[in-house]
Amino acid sequence: MKKSTNNLKEPFVRIVKRDNISISKIVIIYAVAIVFGLLLCGVICTLFSDKGIGEFFESLFNGAIGSERKIWLLLQDTSLLLGTSIALLPAFKMKFWNLGGNGQILVGCLSAIACMFYLGGKVADSVLIPIMLVASVLSGAVWAVIPAIFRAKFNTNESLFTLMMNYIAQGLVSFCITIWVKTGSGVLPPIAYGNVPEIGNKYLLPIILFTLITVLMYIYLKYSKHGYEISVVGESINTAKYVGIKVNKVIIRTMVLSGAIAGLVGFVLAGSINHTVSTASANNMGFTGIMATWLAAFNPIIIALTSFFISFISKGMMDVRKTFMFTNDAISNIVVGVIYFIVIVCSFFISYKLVFRKKEKEDNQK
Amino acid sequence: MDKTVILQLKNITKKFGTKVIANNNVSLDVYKGEILSVLGENGCGKTTLMNMVAGIYYPDSGKILINGEEVVIRSPRDAFEHKIGMIHQHFKLIDIFSAAQNVALGIENEKFNLKEVKNRINDMAKKYGFHINLDKKIYEMSVSEKQTVEILKVLYRGADILILDEPTAVLTPQEIRSLFKVLNAMRDDGKSIIIITHKLNEVMEISDRVAVLRKGEHIATVNTSETSEKELTEMMVGKKIELNINRTEVTDSKIRLAVDGLTVVNGDGYKVVDNISFNAYSGEILGIAGIAGSGQKELLEAIAGLNNYQSGTLTYYHPKKDKPVSFYHKTYKRVMELARENAFKDENGNDIDFSKLSKKEITKLVDDEKVIFKEDEVVNLKDKSPREIRELGIRLSFVPEDRLGMGLVGNMNIIDNMMLRSYRKGKSMFLDRKNPSDLADRIISELEVNTPDSHTAVRKLSGGNVQKVLVGREIAAAPAVLMTAYPVRGLDINSSYTIYNLLNEQKQKGVSVIFVGEDLDVLMALSDRILVLSGGKISGIVDARTATKDEIGSLMVKANKNEVTE
Amino acid sequence: MIITFLMSAIAIGTVLLFGCVGETITEKAGHLNLGIPGIMCTGTVGGCLFVSLYLKGLQSPDSASWLVLVLISMLGAFLFAMLTGLIYAVMTITFRCNQNITGLAITIFGNGLTQFLMHSYVDRSGFSTAGKIIAQCLPFAEGKDGIVKVLFGHGIYVYLAIAIALITTFIFNRTRVGLNLRAIGESAATADAMGVNVTVYKYVAILIGSGIAGFGGVFYIMDYVKGSWETAFTIEAFGWLAIALVIFTLWKPTVSIFGSYIFGALYIAAFVFGNITSSEREILKMLPYIITIIVLIITSITNKKENQPPASLGLSYFREDR
Repeated sequence: MKKSTNNLKEPFVRIVKRDNISISKIVIIYAVAIVFGLLLCGVICTLFSDKGIGEFFESLFNGAIGSERKIWLLLQDTSLLLGTSIALLPAFKMKFWNLGGNGQILVGCLSAIACMFYLGGKVADSVLIPIMLVASVLSGAVWAVIPAIFRAKFNTNESLFTLMMNYIAQGLVSFCITIWVKTGSGVLPPIAYGNVPEIGNKYLLPIILFTLITVLMYIYLKYSKHGYEISVVGESINTAKYVGIKVNKVIIRTMVLSGAIAGLVGFVLAGSINHTVSTASANNMGFTGIMATWLAAFNPIIIALTSFFISFISKGMMDVRKTFMFTNDAISNIVVGVIYFIVIVCSFFISYKLVFRKKEKEDNQK
Repeated sequence: MDKTVILQLKNITKKFGTKVIANNNVSLDVYKGEILSVLGENGCGKTTLMNMVAGIYYPDSGKILINGEEVVIRSPRDAFEHKIGMIHQHFKLIDIFSAAQNVALGIENEKFNLKEVKNRINDMAKKYGFHINLDKKIYEMSVSEKQTVEILKVLYRGADILILDEPTAVLTPQEIRSLFKVLNAMRDDGKSIIIITHKLNEVMEISDRVAVLRKGEHIATVNTSETSEKELTEMMVGKKIELNINRTEVTDSKIRLAVDGLTVVNGDGYKVVDNISFNAYSGEILGIAGIAGSGQKELLEAIAGLNNYQSGTLTYYHPKKDKPVSFYHKTYKRVMELARENAFKDENGNDIDFSKLSKKEITKLVDDEKVIFKEDEVVNLKDKSPREIRELGIRLSFVPEDRLGMGLVGNMNIIDNMMLRSYRKGKSMFLDRKNPSDLADRIISELEVNTPDSHTAVRKLSGGNVQKVLVGREIAAAPAVLMTAYPVRGLDINSSYTIYNLLNEQKQKGVSVIFVGEDLDVLMALSDRILVLSGGKISGIVDARTATKDEIGSLMVKANKNEVTE
Repeated sequence: MIITFLMSAIAIGTVLLFGCVGETITEKAGHLNLGIPGIMCTGTVGGCLFVSLYLKGLQSPDSASWLVLVLISMLGAFLFAMLTGLIYAVMTITFRCNQNITGLAITIFGNGLTQFLMHSYVDRSGFSTAGKIIAQCLPFAEGKDGIVKVLFGHGIYVYLAIAIALITTFIFNRTRVGLNLRAIGESAATADAMGVNVTVYKYVAILIGSGIAGFGGVFYIMDYVKGSWETAFTIEAFGWLAIALVIFTLWKPTVSIFGSYIFGALYIAAFVFGNITSSEREILKMLPYIITIIVLIITSITNKKENQPPASLGLSYFREDR
């Protein structure tokens, strides 16, 4: 590639936009990326430890699906992440950058716990639980709709707004805990009231609930008029205005829905799983859910797969951490981050391809 | 004339994707000190060809030679090194920068000193006869000022070969004249100028030689003095085409739309539509002429209810004469109001007296379609939403510059695009895809849309097909007023004629067609009347059958503040 | 107390200022980098790692030299932050990935990497001593009080931040590099057509912007909290605030200086008032976020043409796109 000696050469490699790409090719690209990403993570882990790559994969799978209980836990985590992703989905489909999933889940969680704290023991659980449900869903919706209103009216940057709402939600949780926990420990012990009864086993409820919501969301987005409006607004606000869609109304309505489902995730966390709340209750699913949604190209069915995959890695990494004797859990963030990088880069290879300089031309020049 | 060849293209081929062949084996010579026109219809690959010379695209095969030496042009920077500069149709200027800053942008081999840059530009401007305020920000400039900045940018970099892509498309006749003067001055200075155009008269006026492209192939290069417009047209379109549009006489015309004193103020506080009044009638095509940005878009948008106009009234005569009233659009209260205004008659043409009837009886009469309008219903559009206006039968098909911007959603398939305006029909919360699907199939077959199927994303269709889908959808709604802006923008001649025929058909069906066009010849051949806009004002309404091109041209520039004075 | 308050406000403001100027440079190149919080984190660990390695070679942390400590912490922070920025740059420039998603992934990754290295590979035993050395104020302000202390009583990083903000403004407005960079942020296609090497400019802007943001984290740990790691999770929050500040300060680094200090004051308000209950303190802690929201709303309502973000912010550039 010496320009001075021979400037007749065309560039060594050029990037060309693809016309279209078959589904099987997309699947292959992602499969290769995931395998490559996992191998890379394995290598990274072995670098920091004296264990081998075989042990990495062994404990990864063992941690995720090593026992019946682990499988149930994995499915429960998947369903929660799925629920969060499905909550974010209509917002992202509308190109509304809702980075506030964490906050919306958290206020949902907090509202349910508040009901449990103040009403627990005073009213029967059969009354309390519906109240909690309503409170969670409402508060999640409110948390999401505030930025939506300002985005609709003044075009206020929604990504930063929702992000700040996360911190305010965390502040509210800290505030409530200082009031509720007189010892000053800052940790709220689990509350015995308002615990949602188990169906089958204690993991099944969220799994069924969020699978159902996923199906409903699929139908809503694909077959309802609302869903159609969301797609049009997401594709082009100008077109939407041209055809008479009330864009502001769609934004606000969609964010109410988005926040309500996030609030529901908060309700499940509070009422069915944790029975308490902390600033970390949302478990960063608001961000993880964005990844799951985006990597799935906004397809609810594929979101189920990406949620499963992400949960699988996180769960598996807990065992990897033990086996490799890492003293803190940050390693799983690194691994997840690396896998994100590789999978995100796949989007490039799906819309572009690399064209290398033709071989015969080089032969001619020899 | 000096006959040194400065630029040679040899067997250039460029494909986009696997299907679109933009240029096929094109060879072309450019001499020093000449003006060469590259002539061809829209979409014939003339811009793509020149983009390869300017380093925007890279050819798939073929060679480019400058002064007899083969060169590789990988980027605009390489092009500048070979003293080639291109002025694109869509100006590549930074809006928030001043003229001088834009010229200085990207220059590396001299000290950064804006003052020095300004001095040099001023010298150049004097030499070739430009007028420009170098401290003015681009976003405050008129189109022709922006074009001047573009030319200066290229000259400043010492270009000897200047490529201008459709330089006259957005200029007034006066501005075109001063541009041509500048171009001639540069040619006399020994520069080679390539003009990409599809306007024959300009080709004849300015160029020394003409290269004609058709469907990506080079047809011939001829000396302008040895050819005629007729010969060039034949080369351009391949076969002799009937240039006459079949214009029928206006019959049975009734007032459909009355615009009175309409004024629209844009976000910056300028009056973009200034006190406009006119009527549009059924069964006629009202052409709207004017240089780009004279308020065409805003006028149509105001009628469609898409922008809030400041003052004026829009009255619509809803073609309801002899048709029954229904509760579909009207409330009971509104029906009673109309009855009080004596707007209805019964089947036999007699007045109806509602005062003796009970609410139940009236409802029954209306449901049985026995309450009939005497005259067209007069509707004030002021308090109607865009959706209501559309449902009244006023349809806007606006084709923006990127074609997909507003009327269609590129990533959706044809069926989903069919629903864009009709999906709300019915009370169900779910979509009905059956009817749109049928409509899509009908438009595909009737308008010969070239697409694999109706499930193809509109983004993947070619420009002409996109336009057919868009216009077809609007017409399918059986409008009473059809407003269409630039419907043939970017189309080849055959597709354009399909569209013209469609509009004529609508006119014969009694639709009031409002047609905003760019090409004066087409406007004059297609319209019945032509309304000329200039700077947001009406500068004249002429009879298209008798008006001359000069007449319309001078109306277009009447009282235009932005023109370049000589 | 007012002195302590102002001192702390300026210190926190400095953390934000580094992040804000870094992000501004990146955004001027047309890239919205939501990875800045993660990049500030990796900058922190880079600086800390280099300092710990330096301290290891010494008999005792007390014998550390001020100059070496400052330079080595800067070097480590810049290097690590820049490398993280490089991942973002490769993904968004060369591979044209979605900037928001890539940024979020960078933040997740950067946070994880920082926690991991900080726990396992950074020896923090000498940090409180090293922190005191780095935080040394200018010689003539030694022992002074009042306004002199507020203005000149800070460690060198505070002045470095101001200098970087001023230099950045100068480059933006007075040099060819600045002109070209701003042009790319407005319209990469135009800049490209004018012969500006868009790819190189974007890479350099993102790498330098990231490196500068990295200073923010290491300043917070080494200077402000004097080596303690317990509050380090707030660095990510600082990163998000810094991104919000870019909008607040209208992409003007000189405005950022004052904007950062105001934000710093708001942030610190919750900690300087001693006589309030813990619940009241929690309310106060929400203040900077609420103010950020109010500022976001106000700037969006007063929508002025000059104060808009770079026109092509967030868009990938592919020359042959048509």
